[in-house]
Amino acid sequence: MDLSMRWLSDYIDVSDIGMHDFCEAMTMSGSKVESWHQEGSEIHNVVVGKVLSVTPHPDSDHLVICQVDCGEKEPLQIVTGAQNVNAGDLVPVAKHDSDLPGGKHIKKGKLRGVESNGMLCSLSELGVSVHDFPYAIEDGIFILQEDCKIGQDIQSAIGLNDNCVEFEITSNRPDCLSIIGLAREAAITFNRPFKLPEPKVSKTVDDIHNYLSVQVEAPELCPRYVARMVKNIKVEPSPRWLRERLRACGVRPINNIVDITNYVMLEYGQPMHAFDHKYVEGGKIIVRNAKDGEQIMTLDGVTRTLSADMLVIADEKKPSAVAGVMGGEYSGIMDDTNMIIFESACFSGPSVRITAKKLGMRTEASGRFEKQLDPATCIPAVERACQLVEMLGAGEIVDGIIDVDHSDKTPRHIPFSPEWINSFIGIDASREQMIKTLEALECHVEGDIVIPPSFRSDLEHKADIAEEIARFYGYDKIPSSSVRSISDARYTPEQKFEQLVHQVLRAQGLYEVSTYSFISPKYYDKIRLPADHPNRVCVTISNPLGEDTSVMRTTSLPSMMEVLSRNYNNRNKEAALYELATIYLPNSGEALPEEKQYITIGMYGDYNFFALKGIIETLLNKTRVLNAEYVSCKHNPSFHPGRCAAIMVNGENIGGFGEVHPIVCENYGIETRVYAAMIDMKAMYRLIAPETGYCPLPKFPASTRDLAVICDDTKPVADLEKTISEGIGNVLENITLFDVYQGEQIAQGKKSVAFSITMRSADRTLTDEEADAAMKRALKALAKIGAEIRS
Amino acid sequence: MLNALQKIKEQAAQTLANAQDSKALDELRVKYLGKKGELTTILKQMGSLSAEERPKVGQLANEVRASIESLIAEKNAALKAAMLDKRLELETIDVTMPGKAAPLGHAHPLSKVLEELKEIFMGMGFSVVEGPEVELDYYNFEALNIPKNHPARDTQDTFYINDNVLLRTQTSPVQIRAMEKQKPPIRIISPGRVYRSDAVDATHSPLFHQIEGLVVDKGVTMGDLKGTLEQFVKRLYGDHSVVRFRPHHFPFTEPSAELDVQCFSCGGKGCRLCKGEGWIEILGCGMVHPKVLSICGIDPEIYSGFAFGMGLERIVMRRYNIDDMRLFFENDVRFLNQF
Repeated sequence: MDLSMRWLSDYIDVSDIGMHDFCEAMTMSGSKVESWHQEGSEIHNVVVGKVLSVTPHPDSDHLVICQVDCGEKEPLQIVTGAQNVNAGDLVPVAKHDSDLPGGKHIKKGKLRGVESNGMLCSLSELGVSVHDFPYAIEDGIFILQEDCKIGQDIQSAIGLNDNCVEFEITSNRPDCLSIIGLAREAAITFNRPFKLPEPKVSKTVDDIHNYLSVQVEAPELCPRYVARMVKNIKVEPSPRWLRERLRACGVRPINNIVDITNYVMLEYGQPMHAFDHKYVEGGKIIVRNAKDGEQIMTLDGVTRTLSADMLVIADEKKPSAVAGVMGGEYSGIMDDTNMIIFESACFSGPSVRITAKKLGMRTEASGRFEKQLDPATCIPAVERACQLVEMLGAGEIVDGIIDVDHSDKTPRHIPFSPEWINSFIGIDASREQMIKTLEALECHVEGDIVIPPSFRSDLEHKADIAEEIARFYGYDKIPSSSVRSISDARYTPEQKFEQLVHQVLRAQGLYEVSTYSFISPKYYDKIRLPADHPNRVCVTISNPLGEDTSVMRTTSLPSMMEVLSRNYNNRNKEAALYELATIYLPNSGEALPEEKQYITIGMYGDYNFFALKGIIETLLNKTRVLNAEYVSCKHNPSFHPGRCAAIMVNGENIGGFGEVHPIVCENYGIETRVYAAMIDMKAMYRLIAPETGYCPLPKFPASTRDLAVICDDTKPVADLEKTISEGIGNVLENITLFDVYQGEQIAQGKKSVAFSITMRSADRTLTDEEADAAMKRALKALAKIGAEIRS
Repeated sequence: MLNALQKIKEQAAQTLANAQDSKALDELRVKYLGKKGELTTILKQMGSLSAEERPKVGQLANEVRASIESLIAEKNAALKAAMLDKRLELETIDVTMPGKAAPLGHAHPLSKVLEELKEIFMGMGFSVVEGPEVELDYYNFEALNIPKNHPARDTQDTFYINDNVLLRTQTSPVQIRAMEKQKPPIRIISPGRVYRSDAVDATHSPLFHQIEGLVVDKGVTMGDLKGTLEQFVKRLYGDHSVVRFRPHHFPFTEPSAELDVQCFSCGGKGCRLCKGEGWIEILGCGMVHPKVLSICGIDPEIYSGFAFGMGLERIVMRRYNIDDMRLFFENDVRFLNQF
């Protein structure tokens, strides 16, 4: 909402308050000022001049030399290329060393050898348009038809000196989307009198009932419909003062009738419409629901198809406006318009909102109506419009007013308890002080009851009253205090677990990333999910921004691949990343999906499968998810069939990892090997082993033996280790794999695997004989699974 | 004989002083003290001495031996020290060459600042709770006093799954879930992802993060809200921070306010950072609307509370002078390794 300070002064005098202080105080009482500016503030040293003579330029056909009286001793000589200047014209003169809007600086100089001491200005050079000054022309010098003096500053001469304030008005205060509403707020803020004269028409002719009847068929969608008529319309430009005010509020002047409807909307906050009576067939306005599929061409030239939940203003034959949103093509004011109907109505906010949304046309009017306007404003607004018609001599007011009023006039009774308000806000204001504020807000206080005015539909609860008191008490004056109770704040075990996961991953060199939760369903193709894969069933956004962000991910791999791909394309040599990514799994029978967090790791560069496995092993160890087994997984379509493992803990699959399938890498444009892992956080958390006590340091020496065996090259090392462990029994302390060899001296299809084995007893020194016996047991067990000692 | 001993002593002192390395030193030790050394040779002749001379010679011989041994030890230490000095000299390196860092990961800047915020709030007695991102319309809007077709819904362009399910547009639904689950006193924050149908550009993202806060107890006042949030801002931006509370409107709080902090860059005079206003908006807050308490089964005649919500991205952007929100979700390692 843009406010003209000049307009505001009709209702309240704040002329002695500086603009900065005005804006600050309004902001602090709840009407937030976004910005303010003074019109014409970019203009300096531009004055009204009178052209004394116009003579041809000796060296140019299209330039003329003007002598211009700017109220100084000597006239100024100015050369111009404009063709519309004549002796006797009053013109804007940008003198030597002057400034114009857009940072334009004017200096004297010579034009084709003739001295020019400034510039005569056009409309656009002053930052105004033909809408502001309809008598002037676009291309040419602005010949002033204003009541002004030679030498006068141009800003005051053409009224380009108002202060404009831009407010951010919250959705609960449609009443403040108006000059009057803001004046009322300003009056209380500055503790000044606020005067709101009742608009009155002095002379009327004829009778509205001779021309018009109004029938409201949907009173719940149109609580009030008020109509007045004007005949013998003279459509012409509005006077300057009115145009100035509209311009200051950011509205472009059109003609007197349209300007009046806009003026009243800005002043009262009540959108108005002016219908040309000759297009209202049968002289009957019917406010009804649209028929399904009914069509209307709106003022913007678009044909709209309506539905039964929308409200239209119709005559006997056709709809002529979408109620509260936009008029139809014939509803506007034409040059030959003779008789008009002013509509000042109140429509249901939600209905206007739905209609505007469905039709995709949010207008100034619909934006106001949808906040639910006050039915009581319909009458003063229409009266004000007629008063302006009279003032402007734009037509004759037809006698009578049609007022179809179904609005609920039951006053709202809100409990009033100064004690409660004081304790809720934390202040100590007197009852009298509160009543004074409420009465300034035009609330009535009757004992323990507050009755708010009709234009304050946002006031319905005692907390709303508390806010009004607090606003004008001053939020800044409320003493700060602190919550007094003891609070038992702590991280939950799950939250601590999550922090530990972050720490362990970061400590191993991984960078945390953050990716979108929504992806394209096509990304499942990119990671090679089969068409019938259950992960393809996802939570789908019905109104996505685009396909790329249209479904909630059921796997975190595509997001990670995309980040790796971006880094790869940005020529980053390596990347080792992780995300604790949420996935969203549809939950049959439940309204909401299951949201699960997956530790997602992705890396390329100087890494391999075992580098990733090492990270995972450390992660599981440090979080005490023990006894993990890694099982070869050949059938995960996103991964290399020979380099992928499932992580099993106590028989439960908690995730997997491996080298990403080369085709998946290709789909993401990555021409190097990529490694990725996904582990279910919740499953991990569930499997955390309880803390155990410390393990005493060994008192007796260890025995170590090296062991090399030959077995089939498909035999997993994990099987060999398990067998050795079982063979050696409880004196085994550690098995370390130190070599896997294939090649010369080893038969085709076989491999040599070498371990270093540490054995120790907690209660004595192991003898060589005992250690050898243990190794023998291990070898015997190994032989049973086809692993022979390497000789 | 005494003279001979004296001579050995003097000679030894001289030759030992001239020894250049441990090998030479060793040879001298053998020369004087060895089995066939000069001192031993003289001592072997002791038998030929008279009973009077023998103790004198014996005493002197012991003195000479002790003196030579001590000289050898001294010289040995000196030689070792010299050798060490020489080695250290040779081992001199260019200390200006770069260090070799162990690989260390990085927290995402959003996580890093979120951790800090959590720590601040936890220090003020707030626990951290979470709620679902795919949420029921009821929790995201209805229960927060935003019925269907309320104009406030327009300011939060919503991604819908169906008529009743949506991607939460704010973390405020967690307030409702918390109040349904827990009896007062409640003091929580709830960080998380929220979604709005905004096209991606430098200052908009369809996904961003908010931190919600809620306090409900007996006798909680708007003064408590002010005091708590002032303390938060001082912890976040320093004790010198100046804040103001300005009336605003949220359907689920009444009275409502926005908290501004005086521009850190210009100190309130107005500059580019604060768009000339002198103040920077930090968060929205207010007293929990009694209607919302009632909806959650908490009696507003007994309890009151306050709530607040802030956007994480904007706090992080200001902290590190990041001017493009897209950087957060592009995750280029050259961006991430700065945090």
